[in-house]
Amino acid sequence: MIKKDKLVWIYTKMNEIRKFEEKAWKLFEQNKLRGSVHLYIGEEAIAATVISLLRDEDYITSTHRGHGHGIAKSGDLKSAMAELMGKETGFCKGRGGSMHIADLKKGNLGANAIVGAGIPIAVGGALAAKLKGTDQVAVSFFGAGASTQGAFHEGLNLAAVWDLPAIFICENNKFAISVPVEQSTSVEDICVRSKSYDIPGIKVDGNDVLAIYAAMEKAVKRAKAGKGPTLIECKTYRWKGHWTGDPEVYRTREQVAEWVAKCPIKRLRKYMIYEKIATKKELDDIETAAQAAVDEATEFALSSPEPDPKNGDG
Amino acid sequence: MIKTYAQAIRDCIAQEMKRDTDVFVMGEDIAKQGGIFGCTRGLLDEFGKERVRNTPISENGFVGAGIGAACAGMRPVVELMYMDFVYVAMDQLLNQAAKIRYMFGGKAKVPMVIRGQQGIGRGNGGQHSQSVEVMFMHIPGMKVACPSSPADAAGLLRTAIRDDNPIMFFEHKALYATKGEVPDDEDFSIPFGKANIVQQGTDATIVATLLYVSKAMEAAKILEKQGISVEVIDPRTIVPLDIDTIIESVKKTGRLVTVHEAHKTAGVGAEISAQVTERAFPYLDAPPIRLGSKQCTLPFNLELENAVIPQVDEIVSAVKQSLYKE
Repeated sequence: MIKKDKLVWIYTKMNEIRKFEEKAWKLFEQNKLRGSVHLYIGEEAIAATVISLLRDEDYITSTHRGHGHGIAKSGDLKSAMAELMGKETGFCKGRGGSMHIADLKKGNLGANAIVGAGIPIAVGGALAAKLKGTDQVAVSFFGAGASTQGAFHEGLNLAAVWDLPAIFICENNKFAISVPVEQSTSVEDICVRSKSYDIPGIKVDGNDVLAIYAAMEKAVKRAKAGKGPTLIECKTYRWKGHWTGDPEVYRTREQVAEWVAKCPIKRLRKYMIYEKIATKKELDDIETAAQAAVDEATEFALSSPEPDPKNGDG
Repeated sequence: MIKTYAQAIRDCIAQEMKRDTDVFVMGEDIAKQGGIFGCTRGLLDEFGKERVRNTPISENGFVGAGIGAACAGMRPVVELMYMDFVYVAMDQLLNQAAKIRYMFGGKAKVPMVIRGQQGIGRGNGGQHSQSVEVMFMHIPGMKVACPSSPADAAGLLRTAIRDDNPIMFFEHKALYATKGEVPDDEDFSIPFGKANIVQQGTDATIVATLLYVSKAMEAAKILEKQGISVEVIDPRTIVPLDIDTIIESVKKTGRLVTVHEAHKTAGVGAEISAQVTERAFPYLDAPPIRLGSKQCTLPFNLELENAVIPQVDEIVSAVKQSLYKE
């Protein structure tokens, strides 16, 4: 049984991420954001649950769809929203943007716009932990598409051969932009690729907080015991297009509706109420507070100064 | 003490590993084997297998791991057996290492050295004889060192290991066995961005890097016998580039010849010539002349290789051409 405070934390982060992404979508439509914004809506259970088992000093690397990971790891909605707007107060002072959120002080070694490239970097974080003799772990988030990159295979092999405290979290949301996984990948489940590296591979329902938590607990325990890495595949779905302008020719409305019905936030809420872990009122209050925090972050970002081009060297 | 270029590198790494436990080395065949060229020889016995790591043949993977370890507080010195292999690791080098500090708003550091040898000298053919340093001059975000002597190798490598930025450290395989005096001081270092005036002269300036510093000196000796006094400058680091020293020299001589083993087209010499032309045009008495390898894959056959890379007599003739003596 997961403790109440942990579940409340996860529920809070999931709501913050959802509200943040909904706001980002609106701001993009209002031309207040530039670039591409890859939304994490529908996948919130993974970032929130995985990161609930990490401490500030544990490392993550993230992806182009990285707002959720960044928010859960650092808890700083203001810096995240300001970065999306390219403001001086953003995580990266407006130099990085949506796809490059990093927060070194809180162990986020960075989101990445090159698919799979964060995997070897997380392995390096795990190597540093081993060399320094700490009990830190390093988690790499990536999509199913990344598992066809060389960086994925090189990273898993390195972590396995060196018994590093690394945890590989594959967020399999069924598509690499428009290409369904079955057209790009020779295996049905990405987790079976763990067998090539003789490490555990676990498949979980990525919309099920309890299942992710259980898998992640095992992986953290194994990493801290010096036994090496674990690959966890979380089956999930992105509700929105790949990016804010995606025509979504590759899927049906029915398929989207089917997954919207499997909303990970509603699922956790139902569980917490049914098991009497929290009352409806408590959970409503969390949701309201999340919205308020996102609104406050948006105001902060909108009123923040732009970076000065005269000081553009970072 | 007198050391070879390879010993100077090896000893510097050992001294830095002793001084700072965050420094560690990894690469292919670097542990028991001590590196194909001996630059990590004996380190395994002295520092153990945790800090002296053989890697699998996964250049992109282990360069990426170096970046992650550097971001997490270590100071990796990563060996690429041949610098030709940078192309295998280019995503991690140029999309990641070079960009992280800026892209993350100056809040991340990547104190990592990527070192290895390149160039001609062993008849290694097209994929083991290239000179690739200019790739890292074009893309912002990395510092690039090109030592031409044992002392420079030691002094620049120490600066590189202690720097908080990613460094590309280009050694030359044909220089490993060359010998020279290296200061015994374990803090001996040479700052980046400070050119070495290898020889002073008055009639023409030659800017040369790596193996071509010695070839430029050979040319200078021949020219001296013909009554032509050449100033030879080795920039030592191409990022940052000490263009001021080069310009001061050109202001004095009025002539510029650049020479390197890397391809002439869009090369380091082209950049130097352009900067000198922009900033010191009125001082030039002749157009700058660039020498570099022809736009051809490095051939295996020795005679063909010699036909591609610049020769000493070409340096001599370029200087004379700039003096309108040929």
